Amino acid sequence: MPGVEGFMYPNEVELQWSVLIVLYPFLTGLVAGAFILASLERVFQVEAVKPTYRLALLTALAFLLVAPLPLQLHLGHPERSYEMYLTPHRSSAMAMFGFVYLWYLMGVLLLEIWLDYRRDIVLLSQSTTGWKRLIYRLMTLGSNNITKHALELDDRLGWVITLIGIPSAFLLHGYVGFIFGSVKANPWWSSPLMPVVFIFSAIVSGIAVVMLLYMLLSWARKETIDMRCVDTVARYLFYTFIIDFSLEMLDLIHRIYEADESFRSLDFMVHTKLYMSHIVVQIILGTVTPIALLALTQVLNLGEMARKRIYALAGCLTLVGIFAMRWNVVIGGQLFSKSFLGYTTYKMGLATREGLFVAIALTILPLLILWVLTKLLPPWPEKDSDLSPDAAPAH
Amino acid sequence: MNMFKDAGHLFRVAVVFGVIGLAFLGIRVLLVPKSFGQYGHYRGNAMTEMAARPVNFAGHQACEDCHADVLEKKKSGKHVHVNCEACHGPLAKHVDDPGSVTPAKLDTAVLCVRCHEANIAKPKGFPQVASVDHSSGVPCDTCHQPHSPVIDGGEK
Amino acid sequence: MSITRRHMLLILPAAAIAWKYVLAGAPDAAPNYKMSEHWWGMLIDLPNCIGCGNCVRACQVENDVPDEYFRTWVERYHVSDYDIENPQVDSPDGGKKGFPSGKAEGGKNFFVPKLCNHCADSPCTQVCPVGATFISPDGVVLVDKTYCLGCRYCVQACPYGCRFINPKTSTAEKCTLCYHRITKGLTTACCEACPTGARQLADLKNPNDPIHEFLKTHDVQVLKPYMATHAKVFYNDLDGSVR
Repeated sequence: MPGVEGFMYPNEVELQWSVLIVLYPFLTGLVAGAFILASLERVFQVEAVKPTYRLALLTALAFLLVAPLPLQLHLGHPERSYEMYLTPHRSSAMAMFGFVYLWYLMGVLLLEIWLDYRRDIVLLSQSTTGWKRLIYRLMTLGSNNITKHALELDDRLGWVITLIGIPSAFLLHGYVGFIFGSVKANPWWSSPLMPVVFIFSAIVSGIAVVMLLYMLLSWARKETIDMRCVDTVARYLFYTFIIDFSLEMLDLIHRIYEADESFRSLDFMVHTKLYMSHIVVQIILGTVTPIALLALTQVLNLGEMARKRIYALAGCLTLVGIFAMRWNVVIGGQLFSKSFLGYTTYKMGLATREGLFVAIALTILPLLILWVLTKLLPPWPEKDSDLSPDAAPAH
Repeated sequence: MNMFKDAGHLFRVAVVFGVIGLAFLGIRVLLVPKSFGQYGHYRGNAMTEMAARPVNFAGHQACEDCHADVLEKKKSGKHVHVNCEACHGPLAKHVDDPGSVTPAKLDTAVLCVRCHEANIAKPKGFPQVASVDHSSGVPCDTCHQPHSPVIDGGEK
Repeated sequence: MSITRRHMLLILPAAAIAWKYVLAGAPDAAPNYKMSEHWWGMLIDLPNCIGCGNCVRACQVENDVPDEYFRTWVERYHVSDYDIENPQVDSPDGGKKGFPSGKAEGGKNFFVPKLCNHCADSPCTQVCPVGATFISPDGVVLVDKTYCLGCRYCVQACPYGCRFINPKTSTAEKCTLCYHRITKGLTTACCEACPTGARQLADLKNPNDPIHEFLKTHDVQVLKPYMATHAKVFYNDLDGSVR
């Protein structure tokens, strides 16, 4: 059979989960990670990263809005996906998706963004005209109360929501790790470490994407980059990356040491079919290199220009590496036979419903949505209006 | 209370959430299939729907009711436990309408080798031949009667 | 071989009733079929399997199984000497057209038919997000194709590789133990077509079913017992090399 080496059960030859299912955890990972970065400032009082606070929330929202799309495109019957809300099967991790997603979207992210922006929304509903005015007026929910007391109330509630939001973010992305980690039939996936690794790699990717977007947008708007902020963000990226790398190394070393029934088959797969994506892209380019680059900035006293360049490079490599990690988990887990006697090939379509073009489009779409959001709810203070940071409630 | 003095906007949010929640519960009542949960977390009617599918193989009992003569011949031969449709294919349509639906004539040159062509993985005691050497392409029913295949007849 | 004869006597009265329904055209389940009286499984008597592929073809015809997908299939094993951890296995088109003769290479060679094991603790029904796949009260793991989303989680969760997505319906599909036949007192298509009695339907709740005696007097295993799926397809004389 073309593309098959050795023996595979006849129904295993065709892969079940495509690049879209690689994309989905990547997107929700960015959501969770961006939110964790935002919570650093809000809950853990890391004041240095405040310039990225609103941007991180908007980034999380943009990616969260796109996240269900790869799933819908992958389903055999997307028109039946409402069944997950009507009759969720409580023993299935996947059934959690509908509720966790909705909770996180409405009860955490939208609510927190609304509470943080409310003063700006009310002012904009009074100062703009035309259809923009209508949008802002809708967003006020009919209340124009921006007295000091009301805003303090918002601030306190926002703090509570962020606090709840942290475990919610872990749940939003951790359950995806559990979807894979709880499949006893698949030894590449089945592991209690899986949700943990997913969460930490999510935080790494989320921090990296916000850092990159902040630097990119500041450069585009010809604003000076707050180096104290970026240095702090990069430091947290470095720490989280070390934890993430340690977890992945633990999984690897444990596998090699125990060398159970599946080991020979998986080992062969990693050295042949997954060599480029796993060893080269994920480990060397996507993990070891960014960690080394970030370590350089921590150990050496480099100038601002050098640091910016290193952060940009490390950030990009990080995103590539985390995407490769999702690829290696999802696709890698389907390339070998459950008989441990053979391998198949992933034939990714180009212009099909689950093909490469759709995956690329779904990666670009959140950035477009983010652009719209930054126009609607500017995450940075405008210089010549009364929406300056001094007028906003201090938190 | 002083705390709720400026909380009007928060109540509005709560109302929005409440409305969505109630709408969800209402829609749920309408859309969940009626037989869902009857026996477990699935649509109870699914089983009766699946059971109602028409059959293609009638089962050897159906054949033996009409073809008693063949059954007689088979009874004492080596093919006693080979069901009729194992060779003759699915015949429920023929059982429904024996007059107009006639089973196809079988080509023994193709049919018999499926089971009896020699193969290293077949059980050693199972009758198997290398058909090329055994009959050099001559159809099997030239010498063998398929319903009682052993030549010399009757010996078990 | 007397097992098959007793089996025939067993289904005789039920089949006589079912005969009426076969004549009627498209029948419902026989009215005296009560799910609570049955707990279905299957016996695969490996020393009798000749790899003819009749079962694979019969299943395809009976259940409209699309080409290149298999509700049941047959594997051929070649184990050379003591290295039972590295068998050579092949299953050309699932064994649908039988197997090529193969060179006489010594070692041990045999056939293994495979199908859904209708596990009592199936991981596939555990992961279905909406309840589209389930185990019926009479022990058959089924897929409700009007409810299935086609998310493919169940296909991933099955340790035996018996599930697939039907390209025409875009829903999960697998062996149904010919539910539409066994509820009418008939046997499954694969058992009907098997010429050697290597495949036999078993009703574990029926005290007269020959499987009970068989299990007492033979060495029987299930596939991948360490997965603790409590599979209900029992293999007589299953070799340790079988994956």
